[in-house]
Amino acid sequence: MESQEETPIIYTMENKPIVTCAGDQSLFTSLYTSLAQQLPREPMEWRRTYGRAPKMIHLEANFVQFKEELLPKEGNKALLTFPFLHIYWTDCCDTETYKSSVKEDMMRWQNTLRSHSSADWVIIVVETNDTKKNKKTNILPRSSIVDKIRSDFCNKQNDRCVVLSDPLKDSSRSLDSWNALLLKLRTLLLMSFTKNLGRFEDDMRTLREKRTQPGWSFCEYFMVQEELAFVFEMLQQFEDALVQYDELDALFTQYVLNFGAGDTANWLGSFCAPVRNWSGLLLRRPIDMEKRDSIQRGEASLLDLRSYLFSRQCTLLIFLQRPWEVTQRALELLHNCVQELRLLEVSVIDGALDCWVFLSCLEVLHRIEGCCDQAQLAANCSHTVGLWAYATDKLKSLGELCGLVSKNGPTSEDLNRTVDLLAGLGDERPETINSLQSPYKKLKEALSSVEAFEKHYLELSHAAMEMYQAIGRLRSARLVGKSLAEFYMAKGDPERAETFLQEALKSYVSEGWSLPVTHTRRQIAECQKLLGRTEDYLQTSALLAGDGNLSTEERKHFCQEILSFAGKSENHSHKVTLSMNVFAQLTRLQFHPATASVHSGAVLQVELTLRCLMPVSVRIQQLAASIHFDIDHGGTHGRSKGTLRRTNRGTVEFKQGNSSAGPASSAAAGPTLEMDEIQDRSPSDNSLASVGVVCKNTHLVMRRRENGSPPETPNCVSPPTVAMKEGGQMLKVQDVKLEPGNNSITFTAPSGQPGTYTLRQLCATVGEVQFVLSHIYPSVRYEVYSQEPQLTVEPLSEPLLAGMPQLVKFTLLTGHYTVKKGDALQLSNTETMPILPSSSCTARISSPDAELVGESVLSIQSSEKVTSISLPPTPPYHALEFQLEVLCLIPSGSDRPANERLTNGEVRHRPRSYSHPDTPMTAIDQRMSIDCPWSIYSTLLALTFYIPFKTKHSLLSSGNRKYIQVCVQNVSDMSFTLADVKLTEKQHESLELQSFNTKTNQLLCSKHSVFCLWEARWKDDLPSCLQCVFSANFCPLNQESCAFKPFHYQFQLERVTTLYSVKAEIFPPAGEPHCRSGLVCGLEVSITRLIEPSDGEMAEDSKTDTDGLKTTKLMYEVADSSSNWAVCGKSSGMVVMPLKANATHKLQIEVMPLFAGHLPFPKIKVLKYLPHNAAAAIQPDPDSCVENDSLSLLDKTLDDQGDTASIRSRGSIHSVGSSDQQQRGVAMPRLEAFSQGQVFNNSHSQQVLVLPTADDHIMEVNAT
Amino acid sequence: MAVCIAVIAKENYPLYIRSVPSQNELKFHYTVHTSLDVVEEKVSAVGKSLADQRELYLGLLYPTEDYKVYGYVTNSKVKFVIVVDSSNTSLRDNEIRSMFRKLHNSFTDVMCNPFYNPGDPILSKAFNGIVSGMMVQTS
Repeated sequence: MESQEETPIIYTMENKPIVTCAGDQSLFTSLYTSLAQQLPREPMEWRRTYGRAPKMIHLEANFVQFKEELLPKEGNKALLTFPFLHIYWTDCCDTETYKSSVKEDMMRWQNTLRSHSSADWVIIVVETNDTKKNKKTNILPRSSIVDKIRSDFCNKQNDRCVVLSDPLKDSSRSLDSWNALLLKLRTLLLMSFTKNLGRFEDDMRTLREKRTQPGWSFCEYFMVQEELAFVFEMLQQFEDALVQYDELDALFTQYVLNFGAGDTANWLGSFCAPVRNWSGLLLRRPIDMEKRDSIQRGEASLLDLRSYLFSRQCTLLIFLQRPWEVTQRALELLHNCVQELRLLEVSVIDGALDCWVFLSCLEVLHRIEGCCDQAQLAANCSHTVGLWAYATDKLKSLGELCGLVSKNGPTSEDLNRTVDLLAGLGDERPETINSLQSPYKKLKEALSSVEAFEKHYLELSHAAMEMYQAIGRLRSARLVGKSLAEFYMAKGDPERAETFLQEALKSYVSEGWSLPVTHTRRQIAECQKLLGRTEDYLQTSALLAGDGNLSTEERKHFCQEILSFAGKSENHSHKVTLSMNVFAQLTRLQFHPATASVHSGAVLQVELTLRCLMPVSVRIQQLAASIHFDIDHGGTHGRSKGTLRRTNRGTVEFKQGNSSAGPASSAAAGPTLEMDEIQDRSPSDNSLASVGVVCKNTHLVMRRRENGSPPETPNCVSPPTVAMKEGGQMLKVQDVKLEPGNNSITFTAPSGQPGTYTLRQLCATVGEVQFVLSHIYPSVRYEVYSQEPQLTVEPLSEPLLAGMPQLVKFTLLTGHYTVKKGDALQLSNTETMPILPSSSCTARISSPDAELVGESVLSIQSSEKVTSISLPPTPPYHALEFQLEVLCLIPSGSDRPANERLTNGEVRHRPRSYSHPDTPMTAIDQRMSIDCPWSIYSTLLALTFYIPFKTKHSLLSSGNRKYIQVCVQNVSDMSFTLADVKLTEKQHESLELQSFNTKTNQLLCSKHSVFCLWEARWKDDLPSCLQCVFSANFCPLNQESCAFKPFHYQFQLERVTTLYSVKAEIFPPAGEPHCRSGLVCGLEVSITRLIEPSDGEMAEDSKTDTDGLKTTKLMYEVADSSSNWAVCGKSSGMVVMPLKANATHKLQIEVMPLFAGHLPFPKIKVLKYLPHNAAAAIQPDPDSCVENDSLSLLDKTLDDQGDTASIRSRGSIHSVGSSDQQQRGVAMPRLEAFSQGQVFNNSHSQQVLVLPTADDHIMEVNAT
Repeated sequence: MAVCIAVIAKENYPLYIRSVPSQNELKFHYTVHTSLDVVEEKVSAVGKSLADQRELYLGLLYPTEDYKVYGYVTNSKVKFVIVVDSSNTSLRDNEIRSMFRKLHNSFTDVMCNPFYNPGDPILSKAFNGIVSGMMVQTS
């Protein structure tokens, strides 16, 4: 049998291409060693057909003795045993011998070859010197044998005969001939490969193309293609060999798929047979002959075929140093097989596939471990872990199937099943029979007992988990952990299970996978219930009760768990505290009033919106919010800075994470910044040192995010221990029923003490269970403030005008003070501002929200000193408003502040008047002193009134006659009617003031003036000082009921009497009828004393002359301000006037008109000259420097006097020129102006006609 | 056709996950969640070699006995996962790719919606329709 011959070849795996050797066997044997050694030394390039890349291969050969049986018979496709080259060895050098025997032998050999159509042969002729020496008889040249052979056998193929010279000698010739031989052999071998393999491949393809024909068998084809694979493997072309298997694999897969699609192949029927053996892969043998045989026989099951195929692939891959591909392919294979069996509807008993997969996984892993060291294995966990996990999975399902996982152990049914499964494993293979850890032994042991199963299962699970963790596949590790937990749960070990579940839950929660979260959490709940961890169980139950992923029934169940626990009135020393977030969420908080700032004692309501997550309504015994109280350092003012960050007034919205799981996108964006302003004040003087903005929640904002994992969600795995802080104030509501969904609960907040109240925690009590919200965030606070009563007075209309009744508004903010019945404001009356009694004065009481609460009539009682206003009872923190009419009297004196000192000494009572920068009106600050019932101190308030008028007076004279003019200017914005204008003199009864004014009312418009004039007449003597009072009545123009108010203006006139009369005359130059411009005219000034000197005057500034006559000195000055006149010579001088009535002094001054026309007279000013009172009389220089020096100085003062100033001089006989007697004192003499009216100028505003000069000016007019 | 299609945010929480109603939804959640391990592995491996000219399609993430899980990651690190029944052998790699492309286009439309807040669960009807078209029809 052929196979008998083949079998040893295949087994040894020392497969080499077969080369037959014929001819001289002893010769060959002598050369065999060096030939076998040297043939593979040099690589040869193998050029391939079908465009395959050329390869360098090292050729080896298995030299066997030529036998005819070795030549393949017709139709035998076996390649492995195919002789690729036939060599004939001969060392014949003797023609005779050649002719006699060798040729014949060769002929026979050739014929045999030809009959098997084998053309791959070579004849090697070995030449040795020894043979030459020995055979001396050799006549022919030695080459002749070779030539003969060539001519005999190598028809046109001279290269088929090779000469090897001196093969055993160490000479260069020998070496060359060796090389030539080897090259020849290699070339011929390759040629043979190419030719024979090509032919084989062609045949194979032809066979494959027949696959659609009926009767085609995959198994047959398999054997053919595998033959090719074997050859490639033999040639060390593992890649090519693998390709063959992969092609077979793909072909088979396609057939299975086609089967699934309804395209059935007959041969596939054998693979659809029920699986009876599931012994797993066998990778320890290079070729599993058992399986190969069954394939060849067409008896292999699908698993057999797959196993065999894979074992071959595995072998080649390991040859190719690609062990990790093995693992990957293994996993694919296992999955694929399971699928294929399913697809082909192969009947398999339960668990058989699990066994097969389990064994296969372990076998692959063992195989890999066998060819890699530990470091390599550790580094490539990612390739093996899948197999580990798969094996774990399968073992677990096997365990479940065989009742090894349950608490009670396997039932008899389970045991039967186990026996069936074990039977399918068959006997252990001989390869592993001695190994202690073979997959076969493991499975058998694991299925043998509960304990062994647990051991093996745990071992595998932990291995898988560790590997997953090592390569960073944490999710996968946790999933294995979860499955481990399920195992523990089934084994009744919830404690260990919980650890794994919590771990997994943490990951699901942090990544927001709600469905796994719910599922895992439900498992945890089960654990916790079994473990009796009440608090944790209740917490988890609460989470589950509010979990929308569960059905309502389940949720109700978990809710009921809590409620029934809560209902148990056991002797729990402390209540179970749970996090509130899982029970109900605080979504909104609203303050009433919205400002969240109330005065102490007021009602503040806090409305909470709680979203209850429970599926049923829950009755809560108590809902309490704890409050932290801070005494407000900002004082009692309250309403300081609003630190509350509110989107809506008085409403705080609480953002919540997603209900059950899953980070809300807003949470992923990070918390919002909470900024606050800080001010740093120096402790000593409270000055601002620095200001800044501080972020209050840095710890949240700055928290580092690890690997982009979403931030913590409120529904953490193990809720933080929450504790309700006791003490402090609480908002409490008893007995609330929370319906599922939003609930509104209203608290009344305490507002006793002023300060800031911060809501810290929220606690709902249900029987023995407390749900606590440990931290209300963002922080919510409200303020309670306390306020001192405040009284303000403000004008009802601006500005307040003095002299008229004006309404002022009194506003009393009661603050914390309650106005009781009988409380009254006591206003100290002042003379300057009486309070006008009014019959109906209504007080309005309004609440803090500016709502009108009540109105009542005030009773106002005025006594001499105080005005008492009885206040109506008013509750605290209300505003009381009423209006009073007051009148500020216009101070009757001159409104010039400079004159005020003339009045009596009680300055302090007089309101200070001043000119206000904003208004032309004079302002008066009027102070009020009010005694309030809540304070022992008087409240001082000031009102500013404005005087609407400005009054000026002036004295006008005409000779001795005197007129008094009063100008009233309205500086206010109102128009008034003026009536009863009157001027009275207080002291002198004899004085009569005759009015020139209209009797009727006069209109005094805004910003306009009214002038009034009186002539003063007297009988005896005009008093030098007049005390006048101007009085008028006025009322606003637009007021119908003309309530005229008096207006007084007091003034004083002094030195009223006319002392001197000055008269001037201008004379034209001599011989001229008129003055002419440019010609000097004469100006005659006569100063006349009109009255006898009074006593005062005598004493004051007169001196007795040497002749006993009283005289006084006057200074005169001619000045022409408008440059009409040029004064020729002295313009000023001194005259000595005798103090006597009608004394006249005349002065002659030359003046020259500068223009023609009616020119006003030059001005003549007269001044009082007050010499220094020195005793020594020194003859003064006629041209006294004093006069000239002081002139410029005088000019100004004189100009200021105005037009009405008349210049008179006391009667003096001395001319200017004779004023020699002027004393020159050591000190400077003084000049003093006369007061208004003392000097009357007769020629004031008189004019003189001046003619132009005779020769007219030539005017040149150029017209162009 | 797919049995489960999931869109997973950059932060690895699901934006959208839908599976055929006939099978256990929970199992798919676990499968998709676990597949993120491989997605991360693949994405980081890709990032090392070629940063910009990146293939969005990650290929087969891992096969299980019953399912094949394919992955795809957008440039904004949003992951698409398609789970296909292992028995469904008619699906080729190219078909999976085109499914992902279709999914990506529809997802882009969702993102372009000014009323959609990136990071929120996808509720778009159009997207749902596209997904439905790719799912196994169980009628």
